[in-house]
Amino acid sequence: MDFFHVIVVLLESTIRVSVPLIFAALAGLFTERAGVFDIGLEGKMLGAAFAAGAVAAVTQSVWMGLLAAILISIALSLVHGYASITQRGNQIVSGVAINFIVAGSTVILGEAWFRQGGRTPALGEGARFQVVNLPFADSIREIPILGPIYSDLLSGHFLLTYIAFAMVPVSWWILYRTRFGLRLRAVGENPGAVDTAGISVIWLRYRAVICCGILCGFAGAYLSLAMTAGFVKGMTAGKGYIALAALIFAKWRPKNIMLACLLFGFLDALAIRLQGNPLPLIGQVPVQLMQALPYILTVILLAGFIGKAIPPKAGGVPYVKER
Amino acid sequence: MDDIAIELRGIDKSFGPVHANKNINLKVRKGTIHGIIGENGAGKSTLMSILYGFYQADSGEILVDGKAVAIRDPNAAIAAGIGMVHQHFMLVENFTVLENIMLGAEDSQILNKGIAKARVELKRLEREYALEVDPDAVIEELPVGLQQRVEILKALYRRADILILDEPTGVLTPAEADHLFRVLEQLKSQGKTVILITHKLREIMAITDEVSVMRRGEMVATRTTAETSVEELAELMVGRRVLLRVEKGEAKPGDVKLAVEELTVKDGRGVTMVDNVSFNLRAGEIVGIAGVAGNGQSELLEAISGIRRAVSGSVLLNGKPIEVTGHADPSELRDRGLAHVPEDRHHVGLVLKFEECENAILGYHHDKRYLNGVFLNIDAIRKDAEQRIAEYDIRPPNPRLKTANFSGGNQQKIVLAREMERGPDVLIIGQPTRGVDVGAIEFIHKRIIEMRDQGMAVLLVSVELDEIRALSDRILVMFAGRVVGERNPDATEGELGLLMAGVEGRKEAAE
Repeated sequence: MDFFHVIVVLLESTIRVSVPLIFAALAGLFTERAGVFDIGLEGKMLGAAFAAGAVAAVTQSVWMGLLAAILISIALSLVHGYASITQRGNQIVSGVAINFIVAGSTVILGEAWFRQGGRTPALGEGARFQVVNLPFADSIREIPILGPIYSDLLSGHFLLTYIAFAMVPVSWWILYRTRFGLRLRAVGENPGAVDTAGISVIWLRYRAVICCGILCGFAGAYLSLAMTAGFVKGMTAGKGYIALAALIFAKWRPKNIMLACLLFGFLDALAIRLQGNPLPLIGQVPVQLMQALPYILTVILLAGFIGKAIPPKAGGVPYVKER
Repeated sequence: MDDIAIELRGIDKSFGPVHANKNINLKVRKGTIHGIIGENGAGKSTLMSILYGFYQADSGEILVDGKAVAIRDPNAAIAAGIGMVHQHFMLVENFTVLENIMLGAEDSQILNKGIAKARVELKRLEREYALEVDPDAVIEELPVGLQQRVEILKALYRRADILILDEPTGVLTPAEADHLFRVLEQLKSQGKTVILITHKLREIMAITDEVSVMRRGEMVATRTTAETSVEELAELMVGRRVLLRVEKGEAKPGDVKLAVEELTVKDGRGVTMVDNVSFNLRAGEIVGIAGVAGNGQSELLEAISGIRRAVSGSVLLNGKPIEVTGHADPSELRDRGLAHVPEDRHHVGLVLKFEECENAILGYHHDKRYLNGVFLNIDAIRKDAEQRIAEYDIRPPNPRLKTANFSGGNQQKIVLAREMERGPDVLIIGQPTRGVDVGAIEFIHKRIIEMRDQGMAVLLVSVELDEIRALSDRILVMFAGRVVGERNPDATEGELGLLMAGVEGRKEAAE
């Protein structure tokens, strides 16, 4: 029973840390499937987290915070889009630049506005997301096995958590069942085919980049309005890169993305759990090892040991009409 | 009364200093197959891209069915009833046939309804034009001939009345090309207008009703096909009389210079590209390797010349083994008398950003002639290059010019000059005349035969069957990585075509 309890707690925190990964990886899915590589997920998420924290602190409204997060994230996406789609610049350089600019400017603006060492003020109840309890969560907690699973594991998360998991089938549906999705996937494979079919490659890629901005906005807002109460400098702490790793690990497919994010989230939760608790037989597992595991797994995947990750064919290549 | 489907009036287009189309006038009659022929770089593709809305003409007018239309983008072209089959297929390779056909013409935001409609429409088109293809097949799993069929269906699905085909037979076997021509005849009989762009005179003669000739951006003539001849068209294309048939005497084969034994090569994905291939190459003979692109010829060349590792087998050069399964060193092979003119001169044969004289010594830069101690002897290199330029008639004759600024034919001459001039024992040539104009082809062919007559052993790989037949003393046909037959150069095209398609070869291999 105690072991079962540990598992439930572990899975519950897995879900909690997976949410920003899911949002960010789905965000990456939209741009990368359209042929625009985006290493700037980290920066967009961080910018969104800051905007959410700052606006929610000033307006005392969680919704204004969320809106600000999405708008800032879209704005950053458009910068990336302008550099890599319109100006045909190097997508990696543009993404890295965004990461650096955001990492620096959030601290400077935070200090200038709030004078709390780059933090935003701690948010009160109305200015952040509250947990949602599913119906009957309290009354059936005592039922063995099913009770804790429903009441502790499924119930009691933030609204954004449920949205994140709902976005997985929604993204799948958009990509595979709508005209927009068909064209988006086509433009990431062969923009020439899209262009000759009479569709604007540029406008299509911009729309994909905007989708990415919206989802990164959710990811950032989750960090500063739900997971914690306010923005802390550098609070994404590499989650954007983990999401990118998850995207590759998932071979650019929505369902796999959810599973990959849950796996990476589980490793994260496990790392926290194992801190100071030596495992039987193995002994103390260094936290750093656990934290490096997502990257190690991705490298193993890329080396071809676990199937093959084939990126969108036109990914990273600006579209130029051939002469 | 002849109806005009498309009329171009005074089309003019420049890309910077390059005047690609000069005051082009063209009338294409409805319900005919109209050929447009010209050398590479004559402006055919530019003109068609303007017609399809890919580029805007600087000046001039396009009339469809007698009405002036502004074609600003491919959408406008599609709306005007123009469809295009591109030289490099514009297909999404991991999509199904149906998805490719629907793309851009999906009807509604949600795909489901559109898919059902597209399926019905596709069935109808298949019946009407005898263009069968499985709508749920994934493009990358289809042979090239079928992929092209999908491109045609795409145009028809968008209700094109005028179909432009840009070099459609470049990737096809002769049998597939014949089938394509039957399809085009069928389209014509249904009242569609077909514009066929090609540089192959034979195709023009075989299928078109009328033919227009382009040369250096100008439309130089339009003829009724039945009233013209191959010789006349060739002359119009080049601007002077050309020899279409290469003059060549009997081969006098000598000792075996290159012996390939049971060579097997796999590509990066582990797919067997060259399967147990054996042959001999003698001094003073040209052995041609025929086959549709992608049947292992490239990998065979790469393995012999030491730039791709073979899985098994052996190769003897002048009786001594080449380490084909280990670390064969191309520069060592060069010293041992094996020269290689790679298939892809842009990526393998030349560094386009280098000056001509630098490319002229690429790979031979260790040669004492070009060195001053550890430094390059620039003067010697330039002088050498100038001499080579004169011998091979490379234009413009400037060794300091960036290689990218030479035309395809002249770039190829730079590579040939580099590899031939040192008198190797064995010369391996891939696609000697790909992207090369007719005038230069004549020159290159003559040179190759001269080299043979001087006792060099030449291994020639080309996807142009005409070239193989014109130059080779023996022809090996490759299909799916195997040599499926050996023929004399007087074998008929049909016979070779069947081998290239893998039809005859299987029987032969079984015997």
